[in-house]
Order: sequence, then C-alpha cells, then structure tokens
Amino acid sequence: MTNSDPRFGGPGPEARWTEMLADGIFAIQRCGACGAAQFPPVATCKACGAASPDMIPADGRGTVYSTTTVRAREGDHDVSIVELSEGPRLMTCVTGIAPGDVRIGMAVTARIERAADGPRVVFDAPEAT
Amino acid sequence: MTDLRGAISIAGIGNTQRWDAPGRSAFDQLQEASILALEDCGLSLADVDGLYCAMSVSGFPVLNVAERLGIAPQLRHADGTMVGGASFLFHLRSAMSALATGQCDVALVCYGSNQRSAGGRLAAMPDPQPFEAPYKARYPISGYALAAARHMHDYGTTRAQLAEVAVAARQWAKLNPAAFERGDITADEILASRMVSDPLTKADCCLVTDGGGALVLTRTDRARDLRQPLVPVLGTGVAVSHRQIAAMPSLSETAAKRSGAAAMAEAGVSVADIDHVMLYDAFTICTLLFLEDLGFCAKGDGGPFAASGAIAPGGDLPVNTNGGGLSCNHPGMYGLFTLIEAAVQLRGQAGARQVPGAEIALAHGNGGVLSSQATAILGTAATL
Repeated sequence: MTNSDPRFGGPGPEARWTEMLADGIFAIQRCGACGAAQFPPVATCKACGAASPDMIPADGRGTVYSTTTVRAREGDHDVSIVELSEGPRLMTCVTGIAPGDVRIGMAVTARIERAADGPRVVFDAPEAT
Repeated sequence: MTDLRGAISIAGIGNTQRWDAPGRSAFDQLQEASILALEDCGLSLADVDGLYCAMSVSGFPVLNVAERLGIAPQLRHADGTMVGGASFLFHLRSAMSALATGQCDVALVCYGSNQRSAGGRLAAMPDPQPFEAPYKARYPISGYALAAARHMHDYGTTRAQLAEVAVAARQWAKLNPAAFERGDITADEILASRMVSDPLTKADCCLVTDGGGALVLTRTDRARDLRQPLVPVLGTGVAVSHRQIAAMPSLSETAAKRSGAAAMAEAGVSVADIDHVMLYDAFTICTLLFLEDLGFCAKGDGGPFAASGAIAPGGDLPVNTNGGGLSCNHPGMYGLFTLIEAAVQLRGQAGARQVPGAEIALAHGNGGVLSSQATAILGTAATL
C-alpha cells in the first residue's frame, strides 16, 4: 500500500459525496487543475483527466432541461433533468407543483429531501420556494 | 491501412421468428438461429472460428454460447462487447477486422432472448446507477421520454407525428407474414393509448417478444462461392455517447450523427445513394432522431418527414420494412434484426415488402438510452 498514488488517497468520490449529502450538503466536483465542473462525482476529471477533482457545495440554482411524468400505480411523479448553474446536468425530481406542470426552462432550486430510503437531492419549482 | 470496403460479406442469415415461445431459453433461440444462418449459406458449426454475442441474461455470453454450440476449442477470435441493442453492429465491425486480418475465417454473430415468455418486461443487465435510482424513472422508457420532450421543445415535434411512425411501421408489418403485430391501427388509436412516461404512450413503445437471430460473415472471396446472393459490408461506424441519460450531451441529437458519417465515408456513399433503411425503433422518437442524425432529413424535420408518409409503404424512403421493433419483433436487444432485414432486402428475398432494385441498405443500431449508436452500409455484388 505504501506505493499507492497519494493523489487518489482517502475515501472514493461516491463515498465522500454520500457522506456530505448525509451532512446536508449537495456537492458537485470542480477540477483543481482545469476548473471544469462535473456531476456525478468520479475519480478523475472528465475534461482533463486530473486526479480527484475537489468536492464543493453546489450553488443550488438550476434550470429544467427536460422533463417527463412517470405514470405509476402509486401515483404520477416527475422525473426531470436539471442543468446546474455550474453546467453539469443531473436526473432529479421537481417538487412543489404537479408533475404535469413542470416545464423545460423553468428555474428551480436544489433541496435535500430526507426520504425513508435515504436523503436525495430534489429541486423546488419557483411556486414552492 | 487495409481498405475494408466490401472485403467482408454477410454470407448467411438466421431468424427463428419465434416471437412468443414459452419453454425456450434465450440460448435455445440463439442456437436455433445460429444453425439456420449456417445452413442458409451451406457452412456448419465446424467452420466457425470467430464468435460474437451479447445477451441480457448472461454476463459471460461468449463462454456460455461457445460451450453450448460445442465450438469452444476451435475459436480463434471472439468479442462479447455489451453496449445494449447496438452490440451486434459493434460485433460486426470487430468481426470484420478479425476476418480481414486472418484472425478468423468464419464469424458467427448471434443473439437470443426469451424476454416475452420469461415475464414480458425489458430485462436489463445488473448495472446500478446510484445517481438515477432515487428518482424512480422507468428504465428505459423515461430516458427516451426525456429525449422526446426535449425534441418537442427544440423543434415543435408533436405526438401526432410520433404516432405516424408507429402507423408506418404497422403498414410495413402487414406486408410481412412473420411480423408479430399485423392488425389495423390508426394514429388516433395510438394517441389514445395509455400514457407511460410523458410524452410516450404504450403504443410509442416497441414490442416485447422472444426471438433469435444470427449472421455468418466471411471474407467476400469466400462468400462468392457460397449459396446466397452476395451482401458485402461496404462500411461501418460506431459511436459511444453516455450511460446515464443526464450525461447525454444534447437530448435532441444522438451520436448516430457520428456513426452514420463514419459508415457512409467508409462506404463512399451519401444518403442519396441509400435505397433501404433499417433504424432501431425502440420507441417512436428513435426513428425521428435517426432519420435526422443520419441525414435523411434536416435536423428537426423528422416529425413532418414521417407524417408526410415518406417512410411508409409507397413513400420515397422505405424504412423498417419488416415492421420494425414497433410491429415485427423486439426480443430485448433488436440491433441484429436490422442487419437481417437489410440482407433479406438486398438479396431480393423480401416477398410482398420487397424494395424494388434495392442495391444499398443502411442498418442502424441503438443501445441503452440512446447511449451507443452503430451504423452499417450493406450492398449487393453490383456495388463492389
């Protein structure tokens, strides 16, 4: 183990992200070498290949890039792709309005929702904030 | 660099046409299709020294299939690349390189599925996505629904235009006695179908069937001496885009743009030269995206193009003449069947749905959630 590269030391990015989420922080990564932002967290920068991009709190602002309503027996729910102000996109759920009212281009704000099966990042529609 | 244009040919094709076959495993379907493909061209399992396969039910497809077919000791090249439904066109490209360099002499590309009789849901390989799972999207339809919603936003595409894709597929299926769904259907009935993940309804989705398919590939000099009309592979192109739908660079434009351009450049053809088109229609939106991204119409014009009747029987561009994944068959991963129908058309063996004078065909595969794209240009002996 003494020969392991220290640039990749410590817990892996997914483990660190999950730990931060449990502490109430929605994190994304920013590369210390080239400045590129990325999500989900992975071990190297997708833009330049540098090791262990920094984990930083997201500013939480985003825009709905696309949206669908999943029709399910237990009720309809929203699944959206939100583009963060930092650039990366993620799959999420827009809350606070009916699933069918979510629109592409809508400005939304991140929030950590504590569900029974663990915390997750959702986005509030303007009407709900 | 070796010029691969026309160097390799599809010598044999096999298609079980068993779309609803309880009591048969995915391997049973695959083995039957493999024997049919070898018999089709007059070769046998003893000739096969290259094996190419991917399956939804196995993480070790090459090992399982080689053992079951009894060809393990003789294999000199193999590839079990798994990129979803486009895998078999990736395999085609891989097998062509192996054949051209003499790393094998007879390549078998094969697939089987019992998806319908095993429960009727799209079975996906174990591949956890912790950043998608909390949102309970329906896989894979919600990924395609998100693409459709964005395409509608960017280009004004309508659900009625999507419905016309399904109508055209059904009209072709009615000309194919082997198609699974051949009943009348109207655009209104499709629009009234149950919504699954907006804007896609059940009628925008491909079928869920069983089935097996296989291809035998050899160098073209050998294929000339075999039983069937020559179907040389003029060009291929593959492209990888993303795994998670949120990582797709643009949800309204696919990597088919890259795979198609590469395949057509290798073949030395343009879209105007192509007589017959097979597009992997997992959902109606796929047909529109691929028509645009392969260059058969301008970007964003896929909806009006399909609604004009251009891709239906009697239209200017014969697309998905077997009835497609929407109406002919869709055994989990359909890509191989685009190549099979293209070969049938180029051989002139398509019966009532035959495209008169078809000399050049384009077959296009898609995998995952628009994640992998692969294009092949096939020809006849006259195109060499």
